[in-house]
Amino acid sequence: MTMMVPVDDAQKLSLKRPIADGDTVIVYERHDSMRAVTVSPGSDLQNRFGVFQHSDWVGKPFGSKVFSSKGGFVFLLAPTPQLWTLVLSHRTQILYLPDISFVVSCLEIVPGCVVLESGTGSGSLSTSLARAVAPSGHLFTFDFHEQRASSARADFERNGLTSLITVTVRDIQGEGFPKEHEGSVDAVFLDLPQPWLAIPSASRCLKPDAVLCSFSPCIEQVQRTCETLRSSFTDIRTFEVLVRSYEIKEHCFAKSVSEEDGSPVGPPPQKRKQSTLPANKSEKTESNFSVMAKPCNTARGHTGYLTFARLTVLSN
Amino acid sequence: MEEEKLTGSEETSAAKANGLSEVNRGVAWDGCSVLLDINDGDRLVFSRLSPSASIKIGNKKCSLRPLVGCPFGSLFTVETGPSGPHLSRSAPSSTGNCVEEISKDEGQSVNEIRDNRSLIDNNTAQSLSSEDIEAMRSEGATGDEIVKALIANSSTFEKKTVFSQEKYKLKKQKKYAPKVLLRRPSMRSICETYFKKHPQRTGFMRVDTLSMLLSMANVGPYSDALVLDKLGGLVVGSVAERVGGTGYICSTYFGTVPYQIDIVRMFNLSSDVCARILQAPFSDLSPLQNAPSECAMSDPSDVRPGSPETAQPDPSNELLQDGDSLLDSRDNGDDTLTGQKPVKPGRKAPPEIVKSWKDNGFTSLIIAAPEMDVESLIMDLLPLLAYSAPFAIYHQYLQPLATCMHKLQASKMAIGMQISEPWLREYQVLPWRTHPHMQMNAFGGYILSGIRISNSNTGGVIEDKAA
Repeated sequence: MTMMVPVDDAQKLSLKRPIADGDTVIVYERHDSMRAVTVSPGSDLQNRFGVFQHSDWVGKPFGSKVFSSKGGFVFLLAPTPQLWTLVLSHRTQILYLPDISFVVSCLEIVPGCVVLESGTGSGSLSTSLARAVAPSGHLFTFDFHEQRASSARADFERNGLTSLITVTVRDIQGEGFPKEHEGSVDAVFLDLPQPWLAIPSASRCLKPDAVLCSFSPCIEQVQRTCETLRSSFTDIRTFEVLVRSYEIKEHCFAKSVSEEDGSPVGPPPQKRKQSTLPANKSEKTESNFSVMAKPCNTARGHTGYLTFARLTVLSN
Repeated sequence: MEEEKLTGSEETSAAKANGLSEVNRGVAWDGCSVLLDINDGDRLVFSRLSPSASIKIGNKKCSLRPLVGCPFGSLFTVETGPSGPHLSRSAPSSTGNCVEEISKDEGQSVNEIRDNRSLIDNNTAQSLSSEDIEAMRSEGATGDEIVKALIANSSTFEKKTVFSQEKYKLKKQKKYAPKVLLRRPSMRSICETYFKKHPQRTGFMRVDTLSMLLSMANVGPYSDALVLDKLGGLVVGSVAERVGGTGYICSTYFGTVPYQIDIVRMFNLSSDVCARILQAPFSDLSPLQNAPSECAMSDPSDVRPGSPETAQPDPSNELLQDGDSLLDSRDNGDDTLTGQKPVKPGRKAPPEIVKSWKDNGFTSLIIAAPEMDVESLIMDLLPLLAYSAPFAIYHQYLQPLATCMHKLQASKMAIGMQISEPWLREYQVLPWRTHPHMQMNAFGGYILSGIRISNSNTGGVIEDKAA
């Protein structure tokens, strides 16, 4: 049984535990090609590298390299919330690592917290929130779409997260959060088309000085949300987070080739002194070899604006 | 999470008695670490609510005692009383948010008829002199009353646009009616404060970058996290806050003197959590007894014979000092409520735990050492990670990370590698005035992340040719 987030000492994240039947493993084919597979006796995985028998995987440690019938290989990784975000099936647009990590930090979520989320969507953020509150906290997540709520519930069960996450079908914009949560919540996250409708209810659920976050793709939504927040919230701040990735490339060149201006081409001498690489590259190539980095040509331009606010503390 | 509805101070003593000090995160207790936000972020000071703690605002020195028992997020103003100036709890600031009172129509129509074409900035608009103001103060006028008087005596106030009037009012309030906001220290507020005021102390670590390091390294409950933190303890504290009272955080160092991790003490981590923060030199963790890289790696600035790095806070850190000592080690006396000595974070890792780390490997690795040679660091520390465990390395320069990534690819020690540069932009969202902030931070560092894997076919170490 996969425990993506350990909740007691027995499930401690011991990566030395061998892969067993029923485990979810993340099969890493290439840096841009990964998928979640549940290990099951008699099954196999087929991809461009060949056919892989699940039975070969059982008993190996996570992080192992495994081979196909024709000699190709993949890596078997232990599932984590980050990897899950990259492999899960998208029923809705999801949140990715930069937004997720910023949200968890700015909501100030620590183990033991009680967190409300709406909507659940595909459960990408929910999985990371579960890790942040574990082992003694809880995430109550709501979605108005019954089928998506079911799919999310099934995913959380598969990943061993049911003790940390409760999924409920509910229209938060129309009905607000259930009364039972009033005054007891450490953080609220909203990813709704009209989040301002949920703010009064959120303000009743949050403890004083606790943080609310609203994620909206459109600036008009942000403006309306901030307007609504001003009556009960303070410290209202809106951000955008993005990430720029870099790619690297080896650059080999002939020694002392002059440019038109006569200066030699090559890395400055001091770069070579730094290398303590054990020789798996032959010495003769080290002197005319360097690694270059450049930003990737494609990038995500926008996901959404993140608005954070603290419930104002009254002075009575 | 269960909480009984008690008054502030009862809750504190009950919580402490049960060892559940983190249950009552919402209320400042005697001896806790706080972040004081003066005038909406103009001045930020870390402090500890010890009996002698005080803060100087303008030319008035006020004791911080009134803050004990108040919820985090409470606002205070400086009032003059019979025993001198003191901090007094006040109503939440209505002015900070009062721009919402300006409706869209009003703002637009008022703006249509007012602009600044006739306003001349020659310092003659205000008819009250500073002596007049002092006289008002000595007669007991509150700060707000002084501000009202200044507005009434300004010949240009009525000619300003509504927005400009707001700005004027806020500016006067900051000077004559300063406000102190009691903030709870957390990874977010500590990181942001240092980044804003003393970024060189924390290696220019920006909050979105630090957040990503924690996620990428899969920091969570029951983690065995290996951290190389040369940012004063910001990373160790943040990791510990996320792990909670389970698992372990190993703060490692090269050489013989542990790196200073004083910032950990600002986090208000409970004893349970502090007990999980351990220090171990790399020489203890390395499977090789005489790791050759150990000597090459020790940073000369660390090896100062007799320097009590872990005992004393850094006196040059202005954020930690404000008149009376704040995060001074002598304040770490006995816990006044339980009479027990609180556990200090960073005790030496016991041998049985070191052994379990060596046997099982760490489950996370974070390196935040902008001044050190990241290539040798990763080659030393990566082998201590369990297979399939993630790592995240923070650095200020791109080239060393590129070389590192290439080396790791070539030696097939890691997969899923990525060099990321986080980007963060804040927006001002106000009616008719929504736009990104005029000032922006340009750079939050680079992160090299990846997952350690086993390259062997059978379990032994086999050098594999490129497949």
